[in-house]
Amino acid sequence: MTARTSIAPPAEIVGAPVASRPTVWRKLRKNPSVLLGATIVLIMLFIGLIAPVIAPTDPTAINPAARNLLPLAESSARLEDGTRATIVHLMGTDSLGRDVYTRVLYGARVSILVGITVALVSVAIGTIIGTAAGYFRWLDSLIMRIMDGLMAIPAILLAIALVSLSSAGITTVIIAITVPEVPRIVRLVRSIVLSVREEPYVEAAITVGTPVLPLLIRHVLPNTIAPLIVQGTFVCASAILVEAILSFLGIGIPPETPTWGNIMAEGRQLFRLFPHNILFPGIFLAVTVLAVNILGDGLRDTLDPKMEKRA
Amino acid sequence: MSEPILQISNLSVDLPRNGDRSHAVEKVSFSVNAGEIVCVVGESGSGKSVTAHSVMGLLPKGQLTPTGGEILLEGENVLNASPGRLRALRGTRMSMIFQEPMTALNPVLTCGEQIDEVLQIHTDLALAVRKEKVLAIMEAVHLPDPARIYGAYPHQLSGGQRQRVMIAQALVLDPVLLIADEPTTALDVTTQAQILRLISEMQERRGTGVLFITHDFGVVADIADRVVVMEKGQVVEMGTTEAVLKRPQHSYTRMLIDAVPTLDPPSREENAAPIMLETAKLSKIYGTGGFFRKTGEVRAASEVDLKVRGGETLGIVGESGSGKSTVARCIARLVDPTSGSIRVGDLDVATMSERELRPHRRRCQIVFQDPYRSLNPRRSVGASIIEGPVNFGTPHKEAYAMARELMSLVGLSPDALDRYPHQFSGGQRQRICIARALAMRPEILIADEAVSALDVSVQTQVLELLEDVRRKFNLALLFITHDLRVAAQICDRIMVMKSGLVVEQGRTAELFAAPQHPYTKALFEAAPGRTFEFARTPSM
Repeated sequence: MTARTSIAPPAEIVGAPVASRPTVWRKLRKNPSVLLGATIVLIMLFIGLIAPVIAPTDPTAINPAARNLLPLAESSARLEDGTRATIVHLMGTDSLGRDVYTRVLYGARVSILVGITVALVSVAIGTIIGTAAGYFRWLDSLIMRIMDGLMAIPAILLAIALVSLSSAGITTVIIAITVPEVPRIVRLVRSIVLSVREEPYVEAAITVGTPVLPLLIRHVLPNTIAPLIVQGTFVCASAILVEAILSFLGIGIPPETPTWGNIMAEGRQLFRLFPHNILFPGIFLAVTVLAVNILGDGLRDTLDPKMEKRA
Repeated sequence: MSEPILQISNLSVDLPRNGDRSHAVEKVSFSVNAGEIVCVVGESGSGKSVTAHSVMGLLPKGQLTPTGGEILLEGENVLNASPGRLRALRGTRMSMIFQEPMTALNPVLTCGEQIDEVLQIHTDLALAVRKEKVLAIMEAVHLPDPARIYGAYPHQLSGGQRQRVMIAQALVLDPVLLIADEPTTALDVTTQAQILRLISEMQERRGTGVLFITHDFGVVADIADRVVVMEKGQVVEMGTTEAVLKRPQHSYTRMLIDAVPTLDPPSREENAAPIMLETAKLSKIYGTGGFFRKTGEVRAASEVDLKVRGGETLGIVGESGSGKSTVARCIARLVDPTSGSIRVGDLDVATMSERELRPHRRRCQIVFQDPYRSLNPRRSVGASIIEGPVNFGTPHKEAYAMARELMSLVGLSPDALDRYPHQFSGGQRQRICIARALAMRPEILIADEAVSALDVSVQTQVLELLEDVRRKFNLALLFITHDLRVAAQICDRIMVMKSGLVVEQGRTAELFAAPQHPYTKALFEAAPGRTFEFARTPSM
């Protein structure tokens, strides 16, 4: 072995500037699934936001003279200032004479609100519990057995039980949908934490005395972000669906609040004669859930390195 | 001699456009004769694997495409062969064995079935005949009890046995060409020696031509008839083993050969500094207990006694599973020892809680094997280096100034602190890891296979750096390695471990001159290229 006296290597002193990898944003913008899904979801969100502006009437206004009208039928109603106005019911009216179009627009608010809230809350809770289970060995088997127990109960049954324990309302519904979603997030986060905690850079951080909390936030949790975004969108889609199911079964949000599930429940009895009552909210529900799922698929394709290899 | 069985001429393979050079291999020409072992040597990125894969037609489609030259296998150009023809050639005329025998074998098929598959695809033999052939080839590669191994799954075999199964699978149809892509790199030295012996035996007995890819000059010296040296996609030197290893012409070959550490330990001064680290009866038992039941236990390390003085290097040498890393991780308190004591200064850190350990965390630092995973890819190099000092209350600015100094100490530009790990090479990353460890001003530095993943030339530099910082900071260096050559160069004393037990320890020079324990002797016997006299540039 030749004895070199200096430490400095002969060449290559500075890290070579590497061509910057295509950023995540650029990849996301190129992915057709992400574009399509995000566009539809944003349109739904926008519809929900501006519902009061574009809706022709009040979503709860009952008009006994205009019950069960077919789509595009017209009715006249007395406005608050005493004048009469003619309203075109784009999607007809229900058995109480409420404008279905207005109610569907307002329904987008509830669905999107429930979907996003459930996704955020379950991801937040799931991340905390999952990190604890993955990092602290002694907590692991205890937490995971509880989660196994929760996962053994069908999500909708669990939601029904939780709703029946308290008064109906949007908060109750959100909690009822969140609880069964949490174990899935916990499992995901735990598995990532379990593998990342064995990484040498995490062990190096332990040996330089990094306390547990900064260690988790700096070195471990960033690895969970991408899978959580993906899983979060799928939770969001399933939450929108479960909310509609609960409302349809009459155990979710009170029937006077316009939600897609409620509108469909209302139209169920006369569904053979007036299918529009179920058809239009059904289409909105299907399109929204489909869009969120497409978005989730696109996100997974771009964010998950395993999917990239397969392509 | 008759026609060579493999004739590569002017082979060029393009890299994708955004690569760091335009060709993966450029105008490569060499040949392999029947019954000859040709070693292709080079560091990572030299294009040696790409060459082998293009012979087999296994280059990733769309990313690497041969753009020129020809590869003649018994006169047939495989570059022009149809996919169907290539499939027929693979297995019958040429076959390949890979580095990692665990991942190259299918875990859900028995070993017998996997060898049988080759026969099923390429021949019309009846089941009974095939089975006879499989058992015969298993016998030929010296697998113990072929009948049992026929029905065994890969995970039930040892690494060496798996590699034998791979070789059996490759040779069952008597191909004229065997391509071996670093087949022994993942194996322990004693197993490596056996596999090398097997490959040369097969080549002699069957007259197979072997294209052997390796980065290890010891292996080359042991088995090669001819050597092809590659650098950055080009052949820089080619000739008989004698000629290349003893009279290297090209400067790159000379540099590579000089970088191979010798097995003769240099003389080292006696060290009488106070003892910095001492373990007594240190044991670690892994219990595979579950929630409902307690099952078997593994003694990863039992009753290990060691002492390291300030400024001294203690090497722990052993094969995989010997417990050498476990000892290191116990001392760094990354795992909790089951029993025994670890004295650092006047503290026994073996049983301390994480809170009490804080002073120990300052004193004891570790450098890991894999430079690609020991830095957080999401954090800049500077952030990684200052993390420790900041944890212990050093103001941010001061820590950063210190990090700049450390960067120049380890031979990197201080301005590179803002860069991210992926912008550095493996050797540079290992330097950064050493800087991170030094930022804590430690008294004990543990290097856990710290140079094992590096190319020889880079390895030398990192070893020199470690030597230098040991001297400069009077560090007690605990050097874990499986490589006797490296251990010979850097260690004052060596401890040999096997199955969790220390079998022998002593001063490096004495241990190398006269190993006592049979296992140590076996380890020395197995060191590749042990008896070969390399040409070396005289030391400066």
